[in-house]
Amino acid sequence: MQAPLDPVDLAKLSLKDAVLDVIEFRGETTIVVDPKRIVEVCQFFRDTEGLEYIFLSDITAVDYFPKEPRFALCYHLYSMVYTRRLRIKVYLPADDPRLPSVTSVWPSADWEEREAYDMMGIIFEGHPSLRRILMPPEWEGHPQRKDYPLGYEQVQFSFNFDEIDRLKPYAKE
Amino acid sequence: MSERPLIERSGHSANITEWEGTVQELQGLVSPRAFTGETMLLNMGPQHPSTHGVLRLLLELDGETVVSCVPDIGYLHTGIEKSMEAKTYEQAITMTDRMDYLNPMGNNLVYCLAIEKLAELDVPERAQIVRVLLAELTRINSHLVWLGTHCLDMGAMSVFLYAMREREMILDIFEMVSGQRMMSTYFRPGGLWRDVPEEFIPAVRAFIDYFPAKVEEYETLLVNNPLWIDRTQGIGVITPEDAIAYGCTGPTLRGSGVNWDIRKAMPYMGYETYQFDVPLGEHGDVYDRFYVRMQEFKESVRIIRQALDRLEKTRGPFRSQNRKYVPPPRSELGRSMEAVIHHFKLWTEGFSLPEGEVYVSIESPRGELSCYLSSDGGTRPHRVHFRTPSFVHTMGAIPKMAKDGMIADLVGIIGSVDIVLGDCDR
Repeated sequence: MQAPLDPVDLAKLSLKDAVLDVIEFRGETTIVVDPKRIVEVCQFFRDTEGLEYIFLSDITAVDYFPKEPRFALCYHLYSMVYTRRLRIKVYLPADDPRLPSVTSVWPSADWEEREAYDMMGIIFEGHPSLRRILMPPEWEGHPQRKDYPLGYEQVQFSFNFDEIDRLKPYAKE
Repeated sequence: MSERPLIERSGHSANITEWEGTVQELQGLVSPRAFTGETMLLNMGPQHPSTHGVLRLLLELDGETVVSCVPDIGYLHTGIEKSMEAKTYEQAITMTDRMDYLNPMGNNLVYCLAIEKLAELDVPERAQIVRVLLAELTRINSHLVWLGTHCLDMGAMSVFLYAMREREMILDIFEMVSGQRMMSTYFRPGGLWRDVPEEFIPAVRAFIDYFPAKVEEYETLLVNNPLWIDRTQGIGVITPEDAIAYGCTGPTLRGSGVNWDIRKAMPYMGYETYQFDVPLGEHGDVYDRFYVRMQEFKESVRIIRQALDRLEKTRGPFRSQNRKYVPPPRSELGRSMEAVIHHFKLWTEGFSLPEGEVYVSIESPRGELSCYLSSDGGTRPHRVHFRTPSFVHTMGAIPKMAKDGMIADLVGIIGSVDIVLGDCDR
């Protein structure tokens, strides 16, 4: 078995300017990369001997509103051979959060990307079927964004039952 | 495109018209044969007893063979991740119970571990032991519900009744420690809500003395049962390569023979100090996944037995003494001004965590359960995201296993993957 290699050194050496930043925090390594080259980066980490991050655990979308760049995507990779994790992070602008899909690298990215699209409105180019996954298809807006209000249900009492019932969005005569 | 789809002549028009306004979308999901009426589209769920909740599957059938299977989830989406952003770190624990309602302690645990990692908060040894003990009891509890419902789906009714009988004992233990049978919220950042009561150790010991004989009883009913073998062996096969590519974890992955258990690979809460084995399957079929879980019952009992022995010897605090995160006990409030201040601060605005992000994963009964926690330095989580095994298994494993199988076997496949829709939709 190939001895484990340092993902940061190797990425800097091979991917050069695709690596924008490296963060070490609480024992976790985060590599910030260029969103346009995400497919190449992911392929590199999956296939390079000594790294072999063959398992994609999760893709998390984060909203840093009102900061710019507003959105971030965290790809949590796991190497079964060397039992270690790595986080690849990309930042995306508020006006057009768009990047290539990595479904060609990991099939399991399919639904993670759909969730990120549904909840945050991030567009994945080349995704086979980018549609809503948790919310109904006709839903407007992306609920997990910071500027999307947290909804609540008004409590109905006997004195205001009809008043609140009128506002409720179910079918009435 | 005309309103009436082409397959009307074969008498299945209701299927496509119900998938309202998205016939174009459907084109990428099912084979072209569905549009000519050669294959049949069938809707399964969301109110179907074998989907273990509110899972909806769109099936394309060629006779009795499943050509494609498109899962449709979200019927139980409650916006837990969004709601957690509006609560303080401690308040938000109550929401984690409600995700995977068969594994409440595990959900508490992963969220507390994320907070503890971000805050660099210590957990006393006694709390760690109780956590391991209860997490394993939860695993048994969850597997019992899985076993019961899986067998019920396959027509073995009596196992369901036995499994529920044993589960009742575990729920009584949960009620003893937390006051709640299911939504326990017992783990808190830095330890536990209360210390375990005196009658806890005898109750758990009574259970683990009683339970192994019961596992043998289930095994005599199923393991060599020719009817059970006929319905499960060679069904829903997934290769190790596919299982990894499609994100399978836990018993679903181990049923295919991949040795990956987070308790062994990246130990948390002192799992590295316990002796236990990781049961593996070989063929990746329904039977092997069933067999792996049956063996996990025994391994969990082994861990619980070790944890009990340690718990009897370990005295000390059940929660961290770091007053910046953990509220002081009531008895201190009358004596110390410092305690009053901490008490007030923690119960009004809560604690704040340093800016940053962490990712923590545990081995839940269903697979890898992970929590991504991002903090902006405030008293509320900036972003919480749960990587739940049921979500990945529903979207990836089930369609993959169901493809080219018989529709009658689909029920067994869903059961063998062990999904919980609360976990899936969050």
